[in-house]
Amino acid sequence: MEIFPYILGAVVLILLIAGVTILVGRRRSLPSGEAAPQLTPTREGEVPAEGEIAETGAVAPTVPAPVEPVAPGAVEAAPEPPASRMARLRRRLSASNNPFARGLLSVLSADRLDAEVWDDLEATLIGSDLGVVPADELVSALRRELAIDGSSDREHARAVLRRELVKLVSIDADRQLDLSHGDGTPAVVLVVGVNGTGKTTTVGKLARVLVAEGNSVLLAAADTFRAAAADQLQTWGSRVGAEVVRGAEGGDPASVAFDAVSRGIESGVDVVLVDTAGRLHTKTGLMDELGKIKRVVERKAPITEVLLVLDATTGQNGLTQARVFADVVDVTGIVLTKLDGSAKGGIVVAVQRELGVPVKLIGLGEGPDDLAPFEAEGFVDALLQE
Amino acid sequence: MFDTLSDRLSAAFRTLRGKGRLTEADIEATTREIRLALLEADVNLGVVKEFIAAVRERAAGAQIHAALNAPQQIVKIVNDELVEILGGQDRPLRFAKRPPTVIMLAGLQGSGKTTLAGKLGKWLKDQGHSPLLVAADLQRPNAVNQLQVVGERAGVHVFAPEPGNGVGDPVQVARASVEHAVTKLYDVVIVDTAGRLGVDAELMRQAADIRDAVEPTEILFVVDAMIGQDAVNTANAFAEGVGFDGVVLSKLDGDARGGAALSIARVTGKPIMFASNGEGLGDFDAFHPDRMASRILGMGDVLTLIEQAQKTFDAEESAKAAEKLLGGGNEFGLDDFLAQMQAVRRMGPMSKILGMMPGMGQLKDQIGAIDEREIDRIEAIIYSMTPAERSDPRILNGSRRLRIANGSGTQVQDVNSLVKRFFDARKMMQSLAGGMPGMPGIPGMGGGKKRAAKARKGKKPVRHPAGPPTSQVAAPAQQPTASPFGGVPTEAQLAKAAGEFQLPPELQQLFTQQNKGPGR
Repeated sequence: MEIFPYILGAVVLILLIAGVTILVGRRRSLPSGEAAPQLTPTREGEVPAEGEIAETGAVAPTVPAPVEPVAPGAVEAAPEPPASRMARLRRRLSASNNPFARGLLSVLSADRLDAEVWDDLEATLIGSDLGVVPADELVSALRRELAIDGSSDREHARAVLRRELVKLVSIDADRQLDLSHGDGTPAVVLVVGVNGTGKTTTVGKLARVLVAEGNSVLLAAADTFRAAAADQLQTWGSRVGAEVVRGAEGGDPASVAFDAVSRGIESGVDVVLVDTAGRLHTKTGLMDELGKIKRVVERKAPITEVLLVLDATTGQNGLTQARVFADVVDVTGIVLTKLDGSAKGGIVVAVQRELGVPVKLIGLGEGPDDLAPFEAEGFVDALLQE
Repeated sequence: MFDTLSDRLSAAFRTLRGKGRLTEADIEATTREIRLALLEADVNLGVVKEFIAAVRERAAGAQIHAALNAPQQIVKIVNDELVEILGGQDRPLRFAKRPPTVIMLAGLQGSGKTTLAGKLGKWLKDQGHSPLLVAADLQRPNAVNQLQVVGERAGVHVFAPEPGNGVGDPVQVARASVEHAVTKLYDVVIVDTAGRLGVDAELMRQAADIRDAVEPTEILFVVDAMIGQDAVNTANAFAEGVGFDGVVLSKLDGDARGGAALSIARVTGKPIMFASNGEGLGDFDAFHPDRMASRILGMGDVLTLIEQAQKTFDAEESAKAAEKLLGGGNEFGLDDFLAQMQAVRRMGPMSKILGMMPGMGQLKDQIGAIDEREIDRIEAIIYSMTPAERSDPRILNGSRRLRIANGSGTQVQDVNSLVKRFFDARKMMQSLAGGMPGMPGIPGMGGGKKRAAKARKGKKPVRHPAGPPTSQVAAPAQQPTASPFGGVPTEAQLAKAAGEFQLPPELQQLFTQQNKGPGR
C-alpha cells in the first residue's frame, strides 16, 4: 500500500488546523484594534459561562464537595501507630544506607565550603529528581544564608539546611484526608494515576488503615482494564474485611464506580475507595473516561478526595502527569509510593508548588502497614539523621 | 518548560551573529544549555557530565562556524552522539542452541513485566516459536491470575503451578518450568519474576537464585520510560544483583522524554532491545535509537506523530481531504476541516500534537495558549452551519453569519474570524503545495534552508496566475511515485526527512504576520 500520501495528508492537515486554531487563539488573547470595543465587554463575561456549559457537570458539582467541614474522625492514625511508621521511614532513609542523606550531610562535614562542595550538593539534589531549577534555588539560598552568618559551625549549617529543606517540602495546605460525609452518603475517595505506580496496593493499604480506625469501608474495583486487577483488589478486600464491588472485565468503569457508591449508600458505609485503571495522561480517551467516572459518581455522593498516586522513581515527567490529572479530575492529594527504594521522589516538590496539592500519604513498601501520613518536618528529620 | 535544545541553543547563539568563530565563552554557554536540556529529560547527572565532555571535544574538533547556523550543527553533534550511545550495535534476541531458550524478566515493581511477558509471548508466537509464560511472581496479589489472563489474550500457554499471593517458591517454579518446557516441547520459556527494589538484598538474592536455577539465555531488565535520576542506581543494582543482557523500555507511549534510557545504556553498556509503547498486546517493537535521541532532546517527534496519525486517521479519507485541499480551488470546505480536526483531536490535546511538529518551537507560546475550549467553539460554529455553507463557506453573507453566531452561542466576529482564518490558511497551504517542486509533503517541506529557499523562488510563477488553480491539480497525493522517495519510504528516509523538517517559510510568515498585526 502506498502509505506516503496519507502521511503527507495528515501532516498537511495538521498544519492547516494549526493555522486556524492558533490564529483564532491569538486573536482572542490580544485586544485587537477595531474589534476590541465591541468584543471585550461581551467576551469578558461570556467566556467563563460558556466554559461551564462546554464541560457541563465536570466542574459544577465539585464545588460543594470541599465546602464540607473536616470531620473530627478524619484519618491520620493507623493500626500500627503513625509514630512507629515514621520510625520505619527513618530507618529506611537513614544516612548509613542512603546516598541522598549522605550527600546532604557531606556538605555539613566539609572543612571548608568551597565550590566543589556546593556542586556536590547540587548534584545530590538533582539526583533526587528535584529538578534543576529548584535545586539551584535551594543551593543558592543555602549559600546566601551561610555567607551572611559567616559561620561554618556545623550545627548551624545543619539547622539552616533543615530549615530550607522543610521550607521546600512544606506547603500551605491541609494534609489530612477529607473523609467527611453527610448523613446517608459515604465519603468517596478516588484513586488515580499512571500505570504501575501502585494504585491498587495503595487502596488496599488505605482500606486497612481506615478499617482499623473503625470505619466501614467499601472498595470499588473500577479497574476493569488490566488483567486480574479486580482479583488483586478482592484479595486486599478479603484481607481487611471490606466488601468489594466489581464489574465485568472490560466493562464500563464508571458504572462499576456508580454501583459501588450506590451500594455504599444502601449499606451505610463510611468510606468508598474507588480504584481506577492506570492510564497514561497522554491518552485523551482514557482521561475522558476518568472524567466520566468522577461525574457519574458525583451524582450519587460528593467525592471528598481525589488521590493521585505518584511513583518515587518518576522523573520530570511527574509534573506533566500531575498537571493533566489535576485538569481532568481536580486532584486533592498526592500519594508518593515506593519510597523504600533508592529513589526520593523529589518531583513532588515541583508538583506541590505548581498545583498547590499536598502530599498526603507515602508508601514505604509492599507490606500491609507500609503506608504513612506525610509530615514535612518528620520527613526532613528522617533524611538528616545520622 | 518545553524548550527544546534547539530553542535553547538558538537563544545562546543569538549574540553570536556576525562573529567569525566561537569563543570559549560561547562553548561554555552552549554546554550549559545542553546540560539543562538533558537533565530535564531525566538523564543522570554523571552521564550528562561525561556526555558533555565528549560533545565539547567533538564540537571543538569539528570547527564550527557561527556563520553556518551553529546551533543546528551543535544539535546535530549532540544528536549523533546520543544515537551512538543509545544505538551502539543492533542486537537481536539470542536463542539457545539447545532449546528451550529461557528469557527472564526482572525490574522494579510496576515497570510492566507481566504485561511485557504477554507481549513478548505474542511476538515470539507470531514468529513461529512456541513460547511458555512462567508465573514466578508469587509476591504481588494475583500477579499469577494477571499472567494467566494475559497469556490467554496472547494465545500463549502459561505455566502456573502455584497460586501466588505469597504462597510457593518462585525458584522451584522456575526450575520446574524448564523441565515442563522440555517435555512439552516449548522452545522459549519466559519467566515473569516479582518486582523488586534494587536495595532489597533478600529479593535480589532470590532473583539470582531463579537465574541460577534456569540459566537463562537472556535476562531482560524492564524499566519504565518515566523513571528519573534513580534509573542508574536501579540499573546498577540489578546489574550487580542478577546481571542482565538487555533492556526493555516500557510505557514509551507517554510523553516522558526517557533520558533514563541514555543513562542506563551508558552506565551498564547493555543495549536497549525493545520498546513497549501501548497497552495492547501488539504494542511492542524493536528499539529505535534515532527516535529516542530526538525525543530526549525534545525535538519534534514527527515519526511518532506520523505513527499516531496512522493509527487514528482514516487513511483514505484524510488522503482525499488533503488532495482536495492541495488540489486548490474551493473544494476543501469547512466540513472536511471539521472532520480532520476531530481526527487530530482524537490523537490527544491539540497543543501537544502541535508541539510534536518540529519547527513549531518558535510558536510554542501560541501553542501553549491554545485553549481546548476554543476548539470546541470552532466546532460549535461549524456545526451551526448548513451542509451547503460548510462545503462552500463563500456563500456566508451577513444574515447567515448572524444566524450561525446565534446558533452557536458566539458573536458574529467569531464567525467572521473563523471563516477568514480558514480562507487564509487554505490559501496558504495551497500556495505552499503549488510552489514546491518535487513535493509532496515532508521531504519537500523539509529541505532545510537551501531547499526552502529554492521553493520560495520556484513558487512565484505559480502564485501569479490567480485564476482557478486547476492547473495545480497535479495533486501530490496522486503521484506518489514522482516523489523523491518513489513510493513507500523506508524508515531511514523518513527519519532523515523528519530530521530536516522545518516549518515552511511561507507558513512561518503567516504566523509572524499575525504576530505583528493583531488578529487581522
